[in-house]
Amino acid sequence: MGLLSDPNRRRALISLLTRLNAPICVVCYMAGVAWFMGLAFEPFTLRTYMSENAMGSTMVEERFPAGERALGTGREFSAHKKKAGGMPVDWLVKTMQSRGLEVFTQRFSRRLPFPDEDKERYMVKGTNVYGILRAPRAPRTEALVLSAPCSPGDDNNQAVGVLLGLAQYFRNQVFWAKDIIFLVNEHDLIGMQAWLEGYHHTNTTGMDWSPLQGRGGSIQAALSLELSSDVVTSLDLVLEGLNGQLPNLDLANLFYAFCQKIGVLCTTQGKLQRNDWDSVSGYSHAVQTMMLMVMKQASGRPWGDHGLFLRYHIEAATIKGINSFRQYKTDATTIGRLLEGMYRKLNNLLERLHQSYFFYLMPSLSHFVSIGYYMPAFGLLALILLLRMSSPGVLSVLTPLVISHLTGVALYTLPIHFQEIAVEHFPVSETEAVVLTAIAVYTAGLALPHNTHRLLTGRGTENGWKVLKLVAVLYLAVLLGCTALINFSLGFILALTLVPVAAFVTPDVPKALSAFIMVILSPACTLLFSVFLFQELQEMPVSFLDGWMLYLSVISQGILDHALYGSLVYPLVALLVYPCWLLFWNILFWK
Amino acid sequence: MAAPLTLLLLVAVTVRAALYRSSLADLISERVEVVSPLTAWKRVVEGLALLDLGVSPYSGDVFHETPLIIYLFHFLVDYAEITFMLADVITAVALYLSVKDYNKQVFRKQKYALEADRYPLDCLELIRSPKEMQYIPLKVAMFYLLNPFTILSCVAKSTCGLNNAVIALFVLSTIKGNSRTHSSPAEGNSIYPLTLCAAALLYLLQRQYIPVNLRRFSFWWFVAQYAFMYLGSLFVIVGLSFFLLGSWDFLPSVYGFILSVPDLTPNIGLFWYFFAEMFEHFRLFFLCVFQINVFFYTVPLSIKLKEHPVFLIFMQLAVISIFKSYPTVGDIALYMAFLPVWSHLHRFLRNIFLVSCVLLACSALFPVLWHLWIYAGSANSNFYYAITLLFNVAQILLVSDYFYAFLRREHHLSHGLYLKRKDGSEATLVLK
Repeated sequence: MGLLSDPNRRRALISLLTRLNAPICVVCYMAGVAWFMGLAFEPFTLRTYMSENAMGSTMVEERFPAGERALGTGREFSAHKKKAGGMPVDWLVKTMQSRGLEVFTQRFSRRLPFPDEDKERYMVKGTNVYGILRAPRAPRTEALVLSAPCSPGDDNNQAVGVLLGLAQYFRNQVFWAKDIIFLVNEHDLIGMQAWLEGYHHTNTTGMDWSPLQGRGGSIQAALSLELSSDVVTSLDLVLEGLNGQLPNLDLANLFYAFCQKIGVLCTTQGKLQRNDWDSVSGYSHAVQTMMLMVMKQASGRPWGDHGLFLRYHIEAATIKGINSFRQYKTDATTIGRLLEGMYRKLNNLLERLHQSYFFYLMPSLSHFVSIGYYMPAFGLLALILLLRMSSPGVLSVLTPLVISHLTGVALYTLPIHFQEIAVEHFPVSETEAVVLTAIAVYTAGLALPHNTHRLLTGRGTENGWKVLKLVAVLYLAVLLGCTALINFSLGFILALTLVPVAAFVTPDVPKALSAFIMVILSPACTLLFSVFLFQELQEMPVSFLDGWMLYLSVISQGILDHALYGSLVYPLVALLVYPCWLLFWNILFWK
Repeated sequence: MAAPLTLLLLVAVTVRAALYRSSLADLISERVEVVSPLTAWKRVVEGLALLDLGVSPYSGDVFHETPLIIYLFHFLVDYAEITFMLADVITAVALYLSVKDYNKQVFRKQKYALEADRYPLDCLELIRSPKEMQYIPLKVAMFYLLNPFTILSCVAKSTCGLNNAVIALFVLSTIKGNSRTHSSPAEGNSIYPLTLCAAALLYLLQRQYIPVNLRRFSFWWFVAQYAFMYLGSLFVIVGLSFFLLGSWDFLPSVYGFILSVPDLTPNIGLFWYFFAEMFEHFRLFFLCVFQINVFFYTVPLSIKLKEHPVFLIFMQLAVISIFKSYPTVGDIALYMAFLPVWSHLHRFLRNIFLVSCVLLACSALFPVLWHLWIYAGSANSNFYYAITLLFNVAQILLVSDYFYAFLRREHHLSHGLYLKRKDGSEATLVLK
């Protein structure tokens, strides 16, 4: 404890830190960003490997024969879907029953807080249909789920077809030790949320659903299938779930192992892996893949129907079939064999997947970066905040704190509550009203600092801002730390933009320039840039106007996600990050 | 002083009442940092239900409070919220009065020492003035009532609030001069306040001007009197419990439970993780080690701090809160309420900033890592225990920092503020 008790050494260290504070901060920031970028460089990553012994060494011979029949079933499903104008419940129930499953349905309805662009109505009603294949000789304590969404239009018909084909094939096999639940859910995530809540007897989001009549055991793993064409050229694996939670890496390893075995091209984030990691374009390709994963994780949305399973401690992933311009096409039989193989392996699990990593980033499907490797990047950024905490003082900064948090509460609650009033007075739809109210409250918060110290009535002393900065920096450090633990990507992106602001803002810097930089680095503008970057990474760049519309829809989706599934991104930003940023804005304009 | 105190009490009661009516009350009463198997309200309700059915409330290993608490709530269960708010108010008022009295005594002693010219000339800036000591009792009450830990503990209806009230009354009666009978209710609820009786003994000795000299008869006579009164009242309390309950069931369920730690629910203490992974063969040994750890610090602390018994009480409360078998944040709030009394030590504190940052960060990380462990399944108990360890290390650092500052001030008061080595050059005090 020499450092903490020896006053001479302490003084030397403190004087070193004070002299070199700014250079060390800049070096830390550069090092953090460089470390993060270096994560995608292949020699710094590890090859993926199967950690779960139960899934490792069994030799499975996949024999699924009925791909064409599955596609025929898919076409029937499509016809019945068009006829019913939604989910063809009766046809599905009859078909599943004829395949020997125990079929049940669940009705659900949900009143949206405001209609989003897709639905354009307040009430969403639907039905989920699921069939349970009971394990022939095992006690019914565990289950696996295979789900396909019932999408409007022509999407995902083949997925339902393959699901029904697999159901028929699985029914004839005797070695299933877990019940397999074949689920067709309507309205994507809303239906999935209703089913999961019904299955686990929880009601966290206020949805109305009818109780499930039939149940399997506790679900060990789930796969969601999205297939919209008869042949595919590659299969894409989607891992990111609600609030940035990821399934166990073993599930991704399983998928990759089977793709290698069967010979199907597999991608992640829609990007195919390249072999030339030592060239610039190869490295930038890996960086793009990793950045796509980071942005998807940071958004806190579930990017496939699997995203809601993760909250119940069920490892789940979505497999999407992609049909692009390649010569070698994979047919439905091969996809069926892949799924059969994966389910055979999952059948062997003795306990839930827990051996492999839960926190990772994937620059490609065969390489990953674990939390031990990527956390130091965040740590370097958080270190800057710790270095900027200077002298302690008296806690006299209550007023700016309270005002910033009240603005945050306003940003969180007002948009939804005032949509009716806004629609009356302005010619906008409800969705636009919500989003524009949010932006209006955000901008109104910027106007505050000129008023808050008049409320302080003479306590705007020379050094009062130092105490406020100390409190704000500490607050930001703790907030970013907690965020990075739950959703690393969100924490890192927020740290990248907020830490420079926090470190260098004082009342003495040139006001106009720093105000401009602060607004550029504020959470709202970070979101705007992320939207453009995300589109760039997916090789679908948008024009400014389209990007702006996309940005508005992202905000409305964020608010809707929070209301529907309990996504944490919007309340985190509105109630905690935005007030913190306002505190720094307050410091900038301190008189 | 009554007006600011009343205002403070009103604000505190309003905050608690508002939180009771909100939806957060259920959420808070489930948090393991706020309630423990000893203090949870759910278990009190369970015990009351068993009592109503005519069964002993201690059957089934759910209820671990003394019979006095269960009979108290037998009559007051409909007014539970008011009871807990009243307990907080009693604690705050008791601490306020005791600190006021203590400050008067400190000032009087200082005046005599000044007149007797016992302070070196250059440490006059260390002398405390009445002006600076005027607001300390109010600050103590504020520190207790508006501490988020206390508010959480009250909203969760954890019986820790009642324990704190009893201990605060004990401190008050000690400082007023007649605490012999009051310590046993404190000890009746859990065993650990036993260590406070050494501090109370030293305080009463000082008050009666009996020097602590092991060879003198007056010292032993006073100790015997104190022990007799203390044991007597303890027997009265235990006997009362027996007569209320009708059997001796409560002894193994209350004291046996605290000492043998069978329930390993995670909490902010150090016991659960150790004992979760311990082999049965060594369990008794480590149990003894851990429990002796709580009581052992009494001996050296009493020897060192025999002139300053109230600081000893503070140190003992802190040691109990950190090392007891089922701590909660309510225990921490009690010893933190004493911190304004030592506000004159600020210039000698070395790590207070680091410690407060660590405590703040750990308090924020507790629910995050609990969520990651229990709900998301991505973390495991190691993560949560790491934060627990860090939290306890920060508390230990806080307490030892105050101890260092206190001793350093005493040293300066007897040897002068600007220390010189034998050859006249400037020296600094270093703790090695």
